[in-house]
Amino acid sequence: MLQTHDIHPEQIERDKLYQEMGLSDKEYDLVKDILKRRPNFTETGIFSVMWSEHCSYKTSKPLLKKFPVKGPHVIQGPGEGAGIIDIGDNQAVVFKIESHNHPSAVEPYQGAATGVGGIIRDVFSMGARPIALMNSLRFGNLTTDRVKYLFTEVVNGIAGYGNCVGVPTVGGEVQFDESYEGNPLVNAMCVGLINHDEIQKGIAAGIGNTVLYAGAPTGRDGIHGATFASDDLGEDAAKDRPAVQVGDPFMEKLLIEACLEVIHSDALVGMQDMGAAGLTSSASEMASKAGTGMEMNLDNVPQREQNMNAYEMMLSESQERMLMVVKKGREQEIIDVFEKYGLQAVAVGEVVEEKVFRIKQHGEVMADIPVDALADEAPVYHMPSEVADYYKEFQNSGTPEVVVEDHAEMLKKLLQQPTIASKEWVYDQYDSMVQTNTVVTPGSDSAVVRIKGTNKALAITTDCNSRYIYLDPEVGGKIAVAEAARNIVCSGARPLGLTDGLNFGNPTNPQTFWQMEKSVDGMSEACTALSTPVISGNVSLYNQSQGKSIFPTPIVGMVGLHESLEHITPSHFQAAGDAIYVIGETAPEFGGSELQNVVHDKYEGKAPEIDLDVEAKRQQQILQAIKAGLVESAHDVAEGGLSVALAESVFNGAGLGLDATFSGDVTAILFSETQSRFIISVKKENRAQFEKIVEDAKQVGVVTADATFRIEINDAQVIEEKVEELHQLWKGAIPCLLKSKA
Amino acid sequence: MKFAVVVFPGSNCDRDMYHAVKEVLKEDADLVWYQSANLEDYDAILLPGGFSYGDYLRSGAVAATSEIMQQIKAQAAKGKPVLGVCNGFQILLEAGLLPGAMQRNKNLSFMCHQEPLVVENNETLFTSIYDQGEVVNFPIAHGEGNYFCDEQTLETLKANKQIVFTYKNNPNGSVADIAGIRNEEGNVLGMMPHPERAVEALLGSADGVKLFQSIVKNWRESYVANA
Repeated sequence: MLQTHDIHPEQIERDKLYQEMGLSDKEYDLVKDILKRRPNFTETGIFSVMWSEHCSYKTSKPLLKKFPVKGPHVIQGPGEGAGIIDIGDNQAVVFKIESHNHPSAVEPYQGAATGVGGIIRDVFSMGARPIALMNSLRFGNLTTDRVKYLFTEVVNGIAGYGNCVGVPTVGGEVQFDESYEGNPLVNAMCVGLINHDEIQKGIAAGIGNTVLYAGAPTGRDGIHGATFASDDLGEDAAKDRPAVQVGDPFMEKLLIEACLEVIHSDALVGMQDMGAAGLTSSASEMASKAGTGMEMNLDNVPQREQNMNAYEMMLSESQERMLMVVKKGREQEIIDVFEKYGLQAVAVGEVVEEKVFRIKQHGEVMADIPVDALADEAPVYHMPSEVADYYKEFQNSGTPEVVVEDHAEMLKKLLQQPTIASKEWVYDQYDSMVQTNTVVTPGSDSAVVRIKGTNKALAITTDCNSRYIYLDPEVGGKIAVAEAARNIVCSGARPLGLTDGLNFGNPTNPQTFWQMEKSVDGMSEACTALSTPVISGNVSLYNQSQGKSIFPTPIVGMVGLHESLEHITPSHFQAAGDAIYVIGETAPEFGGSELQNVVHDKYEGKAPEIDLDVEAKRQQQILQAIKAGLVESAHDVAEGGLSVALAESVFNGAGLGLDATFSGDVTAILFSETQSRFIISVKKENRAQFEKIVEDAKQVGVVTADATFRIEINDAQVIEEKVEELHQLWKGAIPCLLKSKA
Repeated sequence: MKFAVVVFPGSNCDRDMYHAVKEVLKEDADLVWYQSANLEDYDAILLPGGFSYGDYLRSGAVAATSEIMQQIKAQAAKGKPVLGVCNGFQILLEAGLLPGAMQRNKNLSFMCHQEPLVVENNETLFTSIYDQGEVVNFPIAHGEGNYFCDEQTLETLKANKQIVFTYKNNPNGSVADIAGIRNEEGNVLGMMPHPERAVEALLGSADGVKLFQSIVKNWRESYVANA
C-alpha cells in the first residue's frame, strides 16, 4: 500500500520512494531537470500519475499515431474527452470506449460501475447527451466460483449504474477464455448526441477566469488508480482495493442534467471531467490545451473526509466530479444551475498567464510545476519488439486438422459454448429501452437507436475476436475492424468510424509489444480500406496476472448511420418462403475457431485469412441491396461458422425453420470460420435483382414454416433438428453454467 | 388537455413520458421540476419512472416525503387523473395513495423486456378504450416490481375491481400477478410496466397509446358534460 503522508524530498530520492508511485529512475531524473530541484511528495505523486501509461500513453503513443484519424465527417479526433462525427442536420455523434479492467479484477461491482460512470462523463463533458451504452467483457472459463463471481458482479455493477443514470445499455459482447481468468476485461462505450453549436472543449482559456469545481466532494477513494491501472496485477492485488473508486449514479444523473443545462450559458468557457488522475489531470490538461496556467487553492475543494493532504486530494479519483472554467464575475449563474440540482459548485482557482500548475493548501504552495511538463512532456518510449515464438511455430506447423464425428451433436455443443450462447441472462438486467429510442434491442449484430425528430438512426457494435489476434496480430487486427463494420452493415447502416479499446499485456515484454504493434498495423489497414477513422480510444496495458498475459484484445467500438429508418434490417429470418443466401465461399479455416477450442481445447495454427478489398466490396454491395429494399434479414458469419449463424437466424421464436443444401467438405461448411461471409434472406420475387447487386451471393436454401433446421450436404441429411430444441440449448447454456457447482 | 410530468431528482423516464404525450399523442404537456410546480394548472399528473433520489432507501420512499406530494394528493382528491409508472408507482405506494408495497423481484435481478399484460378492468378512465381481457405488450424495466399486499387488501382490491393490469407470465413474483392497480375512487393508477415506452410500433409495441387516449377521451367527455 502506498504511503500517503508527507515525506521529505531528500528521502524520496534517497529511498527511491518514487518507484513505489510508478516512476522509473530515469523519469525521476527528468522531473528533477524540469523543476531544477527535487520534487516534493505531492509533486512526485502528480508526475507519477500524469506520466503513468493510463494518462500519458507513453509506450503506446508511437503506435496510436499509425491510426487513420481523419475523414470528411470527423469533427473531433483523438485528444478530447471523446471523438465527434458529423451526421448532418447540425447534429453529430460523440463516442468513446474506456477500460476499467484492473479495478474490476479486485472489486468487480464498483470497478464496472465506475467504468460506466467515467465513460458517460467523457461524453457529456463534451456537451453531448449520452444516448446509449455498450460494453465489451472478457472473463475466464465459467467453471470456477471466482470467475462466476466476477462475471455476475461485473454485470450487476454495469446494471446498477447504467439503469439508475437513465442511459440505455443497448448491447455489447461477452467472451470467455482461459487467458482472462485472473485479469478480466471490462470495457464500456458511451455514445452521445450533440448539436454542432453545443460542442464543449476542456480548455482553461481567458486569464483571470475562475476555475469551478462541481459535483461530488473529494474523498480518499481511488488514490493512485491510474498508477494501479498501469502495472501488472499481482497475487496480492486485493490489497489495492483502496485504489478502486466507488460510484454514485444518482449524483451522476444530476451532474448530467446540470452540465447539459450550463452548456447553454455563454459564461462557461471549458469543462472537463475528473477521470483518471482526478483533479490533477483535468486541471493541468485544461490549462495545457489552452496555453495557460492554473492556480488552485485546495482549501476550497469540497471534501468528504477530514485532514486530507494535498497529495491525497490531487490524486483522488473520487467519482462524479467536473472541473469548469467560467468567465470572471459570472460564477453565480453557473453555481445557481448546479444548486437547482442540489449539487455543489465552488470556485477553487483561477486561470493565470504564467504556464504553471500551482497548488496551494493552508497558505502554502504544495506544488509548482510547469504545466506543459505534465501533459506534453511526458516521456515517450519506443519499446523493443520481437516476433512471438509461438507465432513462428504456428506459421511453420500450420493448423492441425479437426475431426468431427457427429455434426449435429457438434452444432448443439457449439451453441452451448458460453462465447456463442445467448447473452440474454446478461442483457435482461440492463435497461435497454429508457430514452425510448432503442429500435433493435441487445442480442443482434448491432444495436440500433433512432434519432428523435429525424428519419435517421445509429447502429452501434463492439467487436474483437482475440483468438485470431493471438494467432496472428496483424490479420486478427484487420478482422476485428472488418467484423465490426460487417455488423454495422448487416443492420443497414453505413459505418462512420470507431473507437478502440486496446487491451494488452505487459509492453516491456518485446513479444507483447510485437502483438500491439502488429494488431495496430492490421487495424489501421482495415480502417483505411473500410473508411472508418479512429476518433477516440483508450489503452489498457499490463493486463496479466501471475505472469500470464491476456490474449491481445483491441476492442473495436463502431458506430454507423442509417440514413433512413426504412433501412433498419433485422438479423433474423422474417417469413417462410424467403430465399436464403450465403455471401462468400467457405474455406477449411479452423485456426482460432470455436470448433478448435471444443475439440482440441486450445487455439493454434493460422488465423483465417482476410482480403480487405473483397470485404469492402461485399459490404458496399450488401448495403446497396438493403437500401434498394431487397433484403429481409442480414447476419454475419462469426464464431462457430455457418451452421451457428444459420441457427441464430431462426432463434426469434417465430416458428420458422430452414432447408439448406451444400456440397463440399462437411466439417468446413458447417464450422469453418472463413471471414467476410454473410447470411441474407430475400423475398422470392426480389432474387434476380438482389443477385444483380451482390455478385458473390449464392442461394443455399429457403426459410420454412415447419420450425425444423435441416442441412443437406453432398445429398445426405447432415442435420435435422427441431429449432425449439436448438434454441433452448443456446438460451439456457449460461444460466445453467452459473447454477452448476464448480 | 394539459399533462404535468413531474420530475424528481433522479427521474429518468420523464422525457420519455413527455415525448409520448406531446410528440406521439399530440397533447399539451410540461416537464415540471418538483420544486417549482403548480399542479393546479394541469388536468392530469404523470409520475415517471427512474430512480428518484437514487432509490438508495426503499424505492420511492424519499420522493414520497417531498413537498410536491401534498399538491399531488390535493389534485388527486379533486378527481384529476394521476398515473404513476414504475418508480412513479413506487412513489404512489410509499405516499399511501395506493395500497401495498414493493419487494425486490423474486430472482433478485433487474429485468428489462417486453411483457404481455392482461387488461383486467376496462371500466377505468385509463383503460376504457381497451377490451376487457385484452392482451397488450408493454416493456418492463425494474428491480423492485414484486408487488405485495396482505390478503385483506387483496380481497378489497378484487372486490372494488382495483386490479387494472395483470402479468400473463408473472416475471417478478407479484401477488395475484398484479402489474397495475387503481385507487378506490378510480382516478389514481400505478403500474410497473411502461406504457410510455409502448407508443410507437418502431420500438416494438404501440399498445400503450390507448392508455393515454383513454385519459384524454374521458377528460374530454367529462369536460363536455360539465360545460
